[in-house]
Amino acid sequence: MELIGAFLLQGLQMIVVLALAPGLTGLVRKIKARLTRHRGAPVLQPYRDLWRLSRKEVVLADNASWLFRVSPYMIFAATWVAAALVPTFAIGLYFSWTADLIAIVALLGSARFFLALAGMDVGTSFGGIGASREMMIGAFAEPAMLLMVFTVALVAGSTQLSNVAAFMQSDAVGIRVSLGMAMIALIIVALAENARIPVDNPATHLELTMVHEAMVLEYSGRHLAMIEIAASLKLILYISLIGAIFLPFGIGPASTGIFGLALGLALFLGKLAGASLLLAVFETSIAKMRVFRVPEFLGAALMLGLLGTLLLFVSRSL
Amino acid sequence: MHDLSFDIAHMLAGSLVLVSFMMIYQARLYALLNAFAMQAFLLATAVAWQAYIRDAPHLYASAAIALVFKAIIVPWALHRMVQRLGIHREIETVVGVVPTMLAGMGLVALSILLMLQLTETADSALAREDLAFSLSVILLGILMMVTRRNAVSQVVGFMSLENGLILAATGAQGMPFVVEISVAFSVLVAMIVIGVFLFRIRERFDSVDTEAIEQFRGEKQA
Amino acid sequence: MIDTVVGIVAALLALSLVATMLPKTLASATLVYAISAAGCILLAAAAIAFLAGSAVPRTVVLPIGLPWLGAHLGMDALSAVFLLLLGVGGAAASLYAVGYGRHEAEPHRILPFYPGFLGAMAVVVLAQDAFTFLLSWEVMSLLSWALVLPHHHADATRRASFVYLTMAGFGAMTLLLAFGLMAGSAGAYDFASIREMERGTTLAAVIVILMLVGAGSKAGLMPLHVWLPVAHPAAPSHVSALMSGVMTKIAIYGFVRVVFDLLGPVPWWISPPVILLGSITAVMGILHAINDGDSKRILAWSTIENIGVIFAALGLALAFKSGAMPGLAALAMTAALVHAMNHMAFKSLLFMVAGAVLNATGRRDLDALGGLIGRMPVTAFLALVGVMAISALPPLNGFVSEWLLFQSVLQSPQLPQPGLQFLVPAAGGILALTAALAAAAFVRFYGITFLGRPRSEAAGTATEVDRWSLGAMAGLVALCVLAGIFPGLLIDFVGPAVGIATGGQLAAQGGNAFATLLPLARVDSSYSGLLVMAFVAIAGGGAAWVVHRTASRAVRRGPAWDCGFPNADPITQYGGGSFAQPLRRTFGAVIAARETVDMPAPGDNRPARHTASTADLAWRHVYDPLVALVDSATSRANALQFLTIRRYLSLVFGALIILLVGLAIWN
Repeated sequence: MELIGAFLLQGLQMIVVLALAPGLTGLVRKIKARLTRHRGAPVLQPYRDLWRLSRKEVVLADNASWLFRVSPYMIFAATWVAAALVPTFAIGLYFSWTADLIAIVALLGSARFFLALAGMDVGTSFGGIGASREMMIGAFAEPAMLLMVFTVALVAGSTQLSNVAAFMQSDAVGIRVSLGMAMIALIIVALAENARIPVDNPATHLELTMVHEAMVLEYSGRHLAMIEIAASLKLILYISLIGAIFLPFGIGPASTGIFGLALGLALFLGKLAGASLLLAVFETSIAKMRVFRVPEFLGAALMLGLLGTLLLFVSRSL
Repeated sequence: MHDLSFDIAHMLAGSLVLVSFMMIYQARLYALLNAFAMQAFLLATAVAWQAYIRDAPHLYASAAIALVFKAIIVPWALHRMVQRLGIHREIETVVGVVPTMLAGMGLVALSILLMLQLTETADSALAREDLAFSLSVILLGILMMVTRRNAVSQVVGFMSLENGLILAATGAQGMPFVVEISVAFSVLVAMIVIGVFLFRIRERFDSVDTEAIEQFRGEKQA
Repeated sequence: MIDTVVGIVAALLALSLVATMLPKTLASATLVYAISAAGCILLAAAAIAFLAGSAVPRTVVLPIGLPWLGAHLGMDALSAVFLLLLGVGGAAASLYAVGYGRHEAEPHRILPFYPGFLGAMAVVVLAQDAFTFLLSWEVMSLLSWALVLPHHHADATRRASFVYLTMAGFGAMTLLLAFGLMAGSAGAYDFASIREMERGTTLAAVIVILMLVGAGSKAGLMPLHVWLPVAHPAAPSHVSALMSGVMTKIAIYGFVRVVFDLLGPVPWWISPPVILLGSITAVMGILHAINDGDSKRILAWSTIENIGVIFAALGLALAFKSGAMPGLAALAMTAALVHAMNHMAFKSLLFMVAGAVLNATGRRDLDALGGLIGRMPVTAFLALVGVMAISALPPLNGFVSEWLLFQSVLQSPQLPQPGLQFLVPAAGGILALTAALAAAAFVRFYGITFLGRPRSEAAGTATEVDRWSLGAMAGLVALCVLAGIFPGLLIDFVGPAVGIATGGQLAAQGGNAFATLLPLARVDSSYSGLLVMAFVAIAGGGAAWVVHRTASRAVRRGPAWDCGFPNADPITQYGGGSFAQPLRRTFGAVIAARETVDMPAPGDNRPARHTASTADLAWRHVYDPLVALVDSATSRANALQFLTIRRYLSLVFGALIILLVGLAIWN
């Protein structure tokens, strides 16, 4: 009976994350529109877009291979599994020990791998641009994220997310500048990985501003729907990750009763709303940087991670 | 492990090192001046906090001087100088941002390692940490002076070196008031002198790029 | 057990001699490769039996070699692990060669050396005295040199073999010095006596440095790596697979055997250079791989990168071991050994893929390939798994060793020295950068070779390769997948070897639920490849099923969209140089990248030319000056050839005086 309850809870987390992802994207777009004095599409528009796309016919290029057709499902599966392993409203879920932070980073790396390969499959120059720039951004974002994981793991003593969240909730943490630096590094990486301004513009299809859009230019129909929902899942993954590591209020162990879980869920929704607001404000306030400044931007995140680790050693040895 | 007051002091000192890094990262002069103002502000806060927890009231004066002079007056004066000289776009670096940051990281690691080893016998954890971080800030300031061609950025590097020295002095069980005032006046004098110099250089050579000035040294070939 | 193994090895060596006398037909080639494959499979089986069984080491002494020493051959757990590696790699390469060998113009230039090469590597692993070790090491180098040479008509091949021979000789000399120092003036050369001897810390450090140079040059550590990117591509593909996949690991075996087993206590300050050298090798290797245009040379640079990762892990193990933490040293050493085995699997696989592509199209350069996923579907699928494995993507085996390595980096706060506490996370950052760059390099490799549109006639008319090659590749793919989802078994297999090397061992992983890895119970970080694979498969398959049922299944083919301006010329696709451009621009200084554009004046009809090149800084800063120095020294010394008789007499007289003066001073 307990086993079934644990399974249900894990399944609930997976469904919650999947269900909320398009809504989060819609909320960010709506707030951005409002900030630029437009009315903007309704918040639920991404759901309608996904439904419309999945019912449309897929138009494949003549020379597209089986990899092109399989990749959207691989990307979706890898991103969804990674998102399902990040604690959102409860920790210690049944399968939370399957993968730790390093594995989550690597799963996101697999999603990026297949996206880049799909971009190269049809043999157009747009796909090549997107793939090569995406791999350059990934070449910096992944080590920055891993250094952030190092800093957090050195503080919390483990790379398992449930342990990290539990540690951050306890009193042993204190105020640490290293964690602040790690958080800033994670935010920078999240901006880069989700193709947000200042790294990439999710709203246009111009070559100057395309990285993610260039890779998926040839996709249509249900394949495009899978890729769009994978992108939304990635955004909710990063926000839940920031929430679970740095703002773990309300994430209680899986054994608290219905009331505790409902509170956790409500707080999670609050974190999502707050993050959407901050993201929209940030995106409308600054300009996109040119592509070859992005390595410096992400290099700053790398240095932040390294500096955080250094400062941690100082405070330990004192 | 440590109590809250130490944690806050550690956070402020660490943020000082972070802002020194940020200064290296800046590509535009106005942003550099803003970062310097933030560094001075953080320094003032750090000194004031240490005054509070160590119950050393003369440090409040040091904090106030740092705040007024270095966070407000000096950045404003440099801002006006930059406007009048019309050089607000130029920051040329000798090597790119990334190698400079890597070098800076190495310097910070070296200074932390060195100072923590040298001060093993000291009993105040706060003093040890102050010394370690202040050496880092000093070295980062010198790094900025060495890797920048623009004279204004070299001046800012020199100023941030001063900030590091003040942090060190705070750690070393407080500083006599007299010394602080003399330090502040010497800083002011240095700024005036450098400002005059800059105008002269600019008049004579139409640029403040120190590399260009090298050509006019007597012994050297053009 | 040891007797059967020695017998098999002797059979392989004898096969080499027999092969010189066989007629130069295809059937004899098939015979030799088939027997080699069988021999390797038997070696692997013997190693597995040894590791799974009682694992009691035994030595035999054969009456060959030096008369007062004999040849000590024995097998303990460390030898067995590397023998297993050799057996699997050799079997796969031999099976592949049965099919690939048909395309060789002069197969009789390879056959006499091939089984001997396998046998010599086995003897290196089994050697239990210094003389046998060094002799078999030299024989291994010599035979592999001969195997690099079959296509000797090409200038590049001849130069490659010369560079290789020079580096191999240099490496062997440093090994000789190392063993000489270890044996000491008493002269006991068998490993058992060497293990017993006591040494000072400085001597131990010197020996580690000598081993780093000697074994590192064979493995491909910087700056002694320069022979690898020239020699590995020049050899035939099955030989490249063996050299990259197996021979570099034999060099690693030499390093582990001497530094961790024979040498005894080592000072802690020798581990930072090892860690640093490994990390720098890794990142420089992969940067060159990203920018290279030849498919085999990309794989050779990637081998250098992986060797760097293994050496970084070994340095970490050394640091933990000299800090008296055998459990954590075991974690790092497990990461190193598991990575060695994983690398053998996926690097051999990728070299076989490159060989298959070379066979099918006749081209090795990336900018002549493309679209092969349609023409060679099975090879493309197997290559995809290989590329995923080498990029350390879960749930395959590459990720397991990366995960173990990062977990051991995270244990660095336990180290007593603050310098190491800073250095290890920095090295971990460099290794993380390397892993991300490796994914970029192999997206480029796979994408340009197999995806897109064919860039040349040859790529457009390629056909699938033969069953034997595909079978060998499929076997390695199965190993990659199995090692990824059941890593606990692999870790338990290498456990006794880790115990010999570091004195500690990880807890048994084989029995964990769902094949989870939980290396350090106190830390509670775990990973289950099986479950990750199951989840991803269920999620992906489930999504496909749901979408196909509830939404549409319609598909229509048409021309590519390409923003409304499709260009039929396949040259407008991204090529190798263009894909690497963002990374080349960012890291340009480190790899001496240079881009020039030659624009014709207006009115001139010739095409513009863009050239992008990179250079190996080691050649420029280490070897070219060295060569120039040797050149100038020998030119000066050449004057000695043309002296008069009087001058020669005065030379002899001078030497006599110097010796007499020396004698006087000494007395």
